[in-house]
Amino acid sequence: MDIFLQQIINGLVQGSIYALVALGYTMVYGIMGLINFAHGEVVMIGTLVTITVAGTLIKAGMPVVLAAMAGISVSVLVCIALGWGLERIAYRPLRNAPRLTPLITAIGMSIILQNLAMIVWGRNYLTFPPLFPKVHFELAGAHFTAVQVMIVLVSAITMGGLILLVYRTKLGMAMRATAQNPAVASLMGVNINRVIAAAFVIGSALGALAGIMVGSYYEIAHYQMGFMLGLKAFTAAVLGGIGNLAGAMIGGILLGLIEALGAGYIGDLTGGFLGSHYQDIFAFVVLIGVLMFKPSGLFGEKSGDRA
Amino acid sequence: MHAKLSIVALSVAAAFALSACGQKDAPPPVAAPAAPAAPAAKPEVVVKLGHVAPMTGPQAHLGKDNENGAVLAIEELNAKGLEIGGAKVKFELMAEDDQADPKQGSIVAQKLVDAKVNGVIGHLNSGTTIPASKLYADAGIPQISGSATNPKYTQQGFATAFRVMANDVQQGKVLGEFAAKQGVKTVAIVDDRSAYGQGLADEFKKAAEASGIKVVANEYTNDKATDFKAILTKIKSTKAELVFFGGMDAQGGPMTKQMRELGIKAKFLGGDGVCTPEFMKLGGEASEGNYCSLPGMPLEKLAKGPAFKERFTKRFGADIQLYSPYVYDAVMVMVDSMQRANSVESGKFLPEIGKTKFDGVTALIEFDQLGDLKGGAISLYQYKGGKLEYVETMGGSAIDLAKSEVKDAVAAVKEAGSAVAGAASEAGQQVGKDAAKAGAEINDAAKAAVAAGADAVKGAAEATKAAVEKK
Amino acid sequence: MKNWLNPRSIFGITLITVALIALPFVAAMGGQAWVRIMNFAILYIFLALGLNIVVGFAGLLDLGYIAFYAVGAYVYALLASPHFGLHLPFWVILPIGAMVACVFGVLLGSPTLKLRGDYLAIVTLGFGEIVRIFLNNLNAPINITNGPQGITLIDPVAIGSFKFSGTTQVLGYSLSGPQKYYFLLVALAILIIIINLRLQNSRVGRAWQAIREDEIAAKAVGINTRNLKLLAFAMGASFGGVAGGIFAAMQGFVSPESFSLMESITILAMVVLGGMGHIPGVILGAVLLSILPEVLRYGVGPAQMALFGKMLIDPESLRLLMFGFALVLVMRFKPAGLWPSPERKRELQGDA
Repeated sequence: MDIFLQQIINGLVQGSIYALVALGYTMVYGIMGLINFAHGEVVMIGTLVTITVAGTLIKAGMPVVLAAMAGISVSVLVCIALGWGLERIAYRPLRNAPRLTPLITAIGMSIILQNLAMIVWGRNYLTFPPLFPKVHFELAGAHFTAVQVMIVLVSAITMGGLILLVYRTKLGMAMRATAQNPAVASLMGVNINRVIAAAFVIGSALGALAGIMVGSYYEIAHYQMGFMLGLKAFTAAVLGGIGNLAGAMIGGILLGLIEALGAGYIGDLTGGFLGSHYQDIFAFVVLIGVLMFKPSGLFGEKSGDRA
Repeated sequence: MHAKLSIVALSVAAAFALSACGQKDAPPPVAAPAAPAAPAAKPEVVVKLGHVAPMTGPQAHLGKDNENGAVLAIEELNAKGLEIGGAKVKFELMAEDDQADPKQGSIVAQKLVDAKVNGVIGHLNSGTTIPASKLYADAGIPQISGSATNPKYTQQGFATAFRVMANDVQQGKVLGEFAAKQGVKTVAIVDDRSAYGQGLADEFKKAAEASGIKVVANEYTNDKATDFKAILTKIKSTKAELVFFGGMDAQGGPMTKQMRELGIKAKFLGGDGVCTPEFMKLGGEASEGNYCSLPGMPLEKLAKGPAFKERFTKRFGADIQLYSPYVYDAVMVMVDSMQRANSVESGKFLPEIGKTKFDGVTALIEFDQLGDLKGGAISLYQYKGGKLEYVETMGGSAIDLAKSEVKDAVAAVKEAGSAVAGAASEAGQQVGKDAAKAGAEINDAAKAAVAAGADAVKGAAEATKAAVEKK
Repeated sequence: MKNWLNPRSIFGITLITVALIALPFVAAMGGQAWVRIMNFAILYIFLALGLNIVVGFAGLLDLGYIAFYAVGAYVYALLASPHFGLHLPFWVILPIGAMVACVFGVLLGSPTLKLRGDYLAIVTLGFGEIVRIFLNNLNAPINITNGPQGITLIDPVAIGSFKFSGTTQVLGYSLSGPQKYYFLLVALAILIIIINLRLQNSRVGRAWQAIREDEIAAKAVGINTRNLKLLAFAMGASFGGVAGGIFAAMQGFVSPESFSLMESITILAMVVLGGMGHIPGVILGAVLLSILPEVLRYGVGPAQMALFGKMLIDPESLRLLMFGFALVLVMRFKPAGLWPSPERKRELQGDA
């Protein structure tokens, strides 16, 4: 029981990261019905760009706070440009294509981005510069750091901001309209192209933020780090009900908690038969379980069985 | 539909044929053993050696390191201008990428077999070396690996399979005994579920339990993970004194970091996969005080070690990552066997490999009947002050140990000698003051220094004698 | 079948037959590696056709197809290697493998019957990962799969004393191992293609197409969607199982690393790139996507030398990069695939 709190904290932090990335997936899916496989790579580029910019500035003697701000800004801008570019070049021409075509394109873009990153940043693992103060807390036997607290806060604030955006602004209303029925929305005067571009841009900015958080938390980065992270985040989004913002957030946190608690306790629960070597699939097992009872995810809209 | 059928047929066949003919490197002529040379011109022969390692993917930095070791060896050999079987030999390296994937490994192995290489150095990972070894064995191409540590590689019984470092059975055993020696009573074992990590962890577990250590936790991760907090938290609750990790530096580094973040005070021990500069870079301060093992003796203690290190860093502008000295030795052993057989033909020099007695950079290389390195020593290191510090060597051949002791002794004598010189110059400055006293002091100092030196040499000589007798 | 006998198609069929027979010998001139690559291409044809039943015919997005390949391969490995000491002949094991894969297909299909589109995708993806991780970890407490070390020294396919590995002399010609496997694979491929064609034009095939186009309408017309979906999964899986068995025999070694998510995605790409639901298109997609990386492996280095005089970028990095570009470009300019079925083409043009 003494480690229960620690595992909860571990899961919460990991889950917040998944949530941040899942928000990016769910935004794009909600509007376009497209699984943007390349989103994980956008996160990865966010991390690597921050390493390059902030790292070089810090080595050149700039104070950490300024270098951090510069690094974060440049990284967010690069990711926004990347997201916008992806939408414009790869996905827009395929708006009317059969459903699977954009999926394969997304996979192709994911491969391209990974290999470009490998060519630019090399094959070695890179260390993330320490941008945030290393403060260590202890609470009832559980250890956590300032970075972890920040990750949870940033995720919560971001989601709050996003919900405000979607439900209280004109752009948000346009997004909801496009998500419901693009044709009618455009008839109502909504500029579909702008709205979709906005969704990609916001999603990519979130991705950059997530990348910075991941980098600060684990302090390493690698050109292949985006793939697994993207996959888990997508699972989280589906768990919560894809297309639903709150669902993505809750799905992410839930996923993190399941993985942490699963890895920690499954061994004991099953008498050693299953153990932490199965930790990667707990999430999937839970997902299948949830989807059997709620086929649209925890908070997904019930798309009615209409003929 | 029917007209289309023939068009389809033609185009598909054309596509196949085109792709088959599409490959651009037709294998150059095989290096045949030269006939007894005419007195006038010496024929030239090109010897191709294949090298396989993951050049893309998470272990690409190690793959590149291996390739560098092979490239250095080939360049040095070409500079020497060797003559084998009456012909001047030029060496060429065919470097391939297997992405640490067994399927790619087989395809690449087949490519090398087709190109009729004279020998293969590699692969890097046990998971790809083992299936590829069957292809090389079937084709009779000798294969020497500088980094595959899984025991199965040589246990398959192929006459063509060799390795120039200790395998995981030896390494795990030494690690287990070392842990016991450190006074550890409880250990938590983590492995990364790869062929290498799991094999090493299993051997360590056997050895640790045999030495009386209790294994209090068995946790697992994978070779792409970055978050270990869940399993580490569980390990924390078991209060293990030592955490053993079977896996690579890319996971080991972050793992130690997260251990410290969670407030785990246990020591960390790993195999050759975490004994790299990468580990230190990724672990940062948390890597201080951790232990790891490397096959063979430390480069600095080996006669040719420091020189090799210098040549390597000069040629590539990069640090040695892990296995490059072994890969270098593997190339040298292969060429040495060619020289002894006086032939570059695989069939002819293969038997000579088994009889190798080569003084390489990493050790005195001899093989047992399976193709494993005889008397593979394992050295243990500790990360201190941002560097790998040598702790001790276990399980090595006595000759190697004796040799290193001789080296140490020689160094001690040199130190003593310079001490004498220092004392003499000091005394010289005192000339005129207390000449007699100074003289006596010099005498004493010299006597002491020489005595110390003599003792050291004596000790080393005895060790060597014992080793020779044991052999 | 009558119109198969007219002179034009006989000419076409003869041409194909001659080409197929000559191919391994032509390829061997460039090295046995190319015959091997062709064998893998044919294995991928099996896999792509199997996935085509699920994705192309029935419209069920399956991202975990490689699980069935893995199951087939491990069944073969367990029944024909020193691991358990069993050495059953291949014509016994392959059907067993197919049946076990079928069972897994039904297992995968059952929880997914109510799921729509992308939810189905993630569940099947999860299933693929679950199978792979189980294979990687079932070596304790009872050693079933030998874990990450994999199973080695698997028996090659053999008929009596005629082994398919190693070189043998047949009728004065020497046939290498890969070349013998080639002929076995081509024979199986023809069988599988015929099965697929018959399926496509049968009641079952048409029911699948109905489900793909509009599941609710299909239900309304009286089609038992539940059974048919399960049948799609099962049949698709069985092809994967057969392919897996031959893969194990050919390579002599199986390990969980060969059955990653990336493989599932590649097979899906083959189906979509080639032309979803259209059998010749799928075959084309499989051949192209399996041969392309190998051609790039051989060609990128020399091409750079010829064009630029030196290596600008490592061939290894460039290889996968170009593969990605190929995917994006083909999808951009031919969204229905390289060789879509005529109906699809009409649909696509009609929409715009």
